[in-house]
Amino acid sequence: MDILTNRNKRKGERRRRGGKKEMKMKVLVYPPNSMILSDLVERGGHESLVLMREIGEHVRDAEIDAPPINITEEDLKRALRYVSVEEPAGLKGRIGLLAPLLEKAEASIILSDAPPTYGCMGCAVADEFFKFLIRKREIPTLEVRYEGGERIEEMVTEVMTFLEQLSKEEKK
Amino acid sequence: MARVAQISCGTEYSGIQWMLNDIAERVGIELVYPEMELSQVELACKEIGFEAESPSLNIMMASAVSMLDDPAIKGALLLTCFKCSEGTIVKDTIRRFLHERTDMPVILYSNVEKPKEIELYSRLEALKTLITRKTLLMREKQEGVTMGVDSGSSTTKVVVMRDNEIIGKGWLPTTDPVKSADDAIEAALKEAGIERVESVGVTGHGRELVGEHLGADLNLEEVSVVSKGAALLSKRHKGDATVIDMGGMNNKLILMRDGIANTFNLGGICAGSSGRFLEIAARRVDADITELGRLAMDSKERYELQSYCMVFGIQALVVALASGVKREDVAAAACRSVAEQVYENQIQEMEMRPPIIFVGGVSLIEGVKREFENILGVEIIVPPYSQYAGAVGMATLVSGV
Repeated sequence: MDILTNRNKRKGERRRRGGKKEMKMKVLVYPPNSMILSDLVERGGHESLVLMREIGEHVRDAEIDAPPINITEEDLKRALRYVSVEEPAGLKGRIGLLAPLLEKAEASIILSDAPPTYGCMGCAVADEFFKFLIRKREIPTLEVRYEGGERIEEMVTEVMTFLEQLSKEEKK
Repeated sequence: MARVAQISCGTEYSGIQWMLNDIAERVGIELVYPEMELSQVELACKEIGFEAESPSLNIMMASAVSMLDDPAIKGALLLTCFKCSEGTIVKDTIRRFLHERTDMPVILYSNVEKPKEIELYSRLEALKTLITRKTLLMREKQEGVTMGVDSGSSTTKVVVMRDNEIIGKGWLPTTDPVKSADDAIEAALKEAGIERVESVGVTGHGRELVGEHLGADLNLEEVSVVSKGAALLSKRHKGDATVIDMGGMNNKLILMRDGIANTFNLGGICAGSSGRFLEIAARRVDADITELGRLAMDSKERYELQSYCMVFGIQALVVALASGVKREDVAAAACRSVAEQVYENQIQEMEMRPPIIFVGGVSLIEGVKREFENILGVEIIVPPYSQYAGAVGMATLVSGV
């Protein structure tokens, strides 16, 4: 029975061809909930750091009961490493949730000017501030502008080239 | 269950949604989240006439437009983060939009990561009353012989009314809420020259305890009751009006339409904007609280307290007296301090809909009324028996039960 999705099949093929699993880097994407960027990172042989995973961990944690996304006081406190206590609660919550991703990141892809449907944090200040925090990490970062229509291929190529370079860097 | 639309830009990220859900359930409100197609967001922003930088705020506006299509929604709760300037603008824009299109009650709240449960509870409870008791709140006249008890945090007020006239009053400091209510009731009945009333209604902080003790026929939260009382005392049953209610420990700013509250803002965060601040100020200038307002009216020279704080403001007041500033100027400064803080923290967040009706114990302090008039540039109405607004509202509403 064919139970593997195409993506998993490809992953399996890569593993069989040998080696790429060891070259995985943790790549943070911005927008942090972009399914498309996350998929590109995985196709490029790396591990994507995305918000959905962080929220998933919170939601699945039986110890926490703060629906709907189980943001806790700890998340808000964690944000204080990056933002002032005076900042709005929603900003603290968003940054607190993203902080573990930021701290794990070994590389990042920042997509700018993407439409909200492409993924976003909802809060313009949180979006801007998170991009700033990524840049401050000084990890290999690709900043690419969202291109709609036919030019989307150029954007995808740019992302894939960056991911390939990351693999080469890692090999060295 | 009253169906209320929650329109917010992401309370889940502030970690407070669970608390909202919990309180809503306890109060008897079903929170719903109006949905729309993403393609409608741009159209909704155009309809409202505002486009925000934050996508969630644009979605908030689209939710507000979308909720108008659901006739089962009877009220709205608008939430954005405290200290978010863009959120505040959008929240207020939505409130105005909803008030132009509907007559449903709308409440605003600026969420913080650790909101006080009582703050949310009192707002949602008032919203529920405004939705479910609308017919009762439309009452414009008291009938029969009824009693209204306002068991406040500082004082207990009681009125006995007969056919829309106050015939007995009682006003005592609240110590033990039940004993204070009993004593104030005794005084009111004595003045009225009667021993029994047809029905009793209770409001105020102590309403649960006192209501149970008295076997009250009606027990309602303060926002809807005080606004009704203010409308009755000032005889403003039609059109728009704003009520400022200042008591010993908390303040309310209520926007009314046709004698019923449709938006309100509750204070109670800082003691510096309360009647209690004025009580302490009065003691410091060696005056009774009932004389502080008159003393302030004699002020000739303007003196500013450097802090609104109950501790540092009073300290500034003591320093001023020690440095030779006249008592009346210090009394006026204390009144100004309270009025300015209410203006900055509460009135500024909402619009002012004249006429402005000032009720509650602090309304009797002329100095505060004058400062509000100076700040707002409009005449303020202090109706007779303004300190009894809650009790009068309750006596009137219970006559319709």
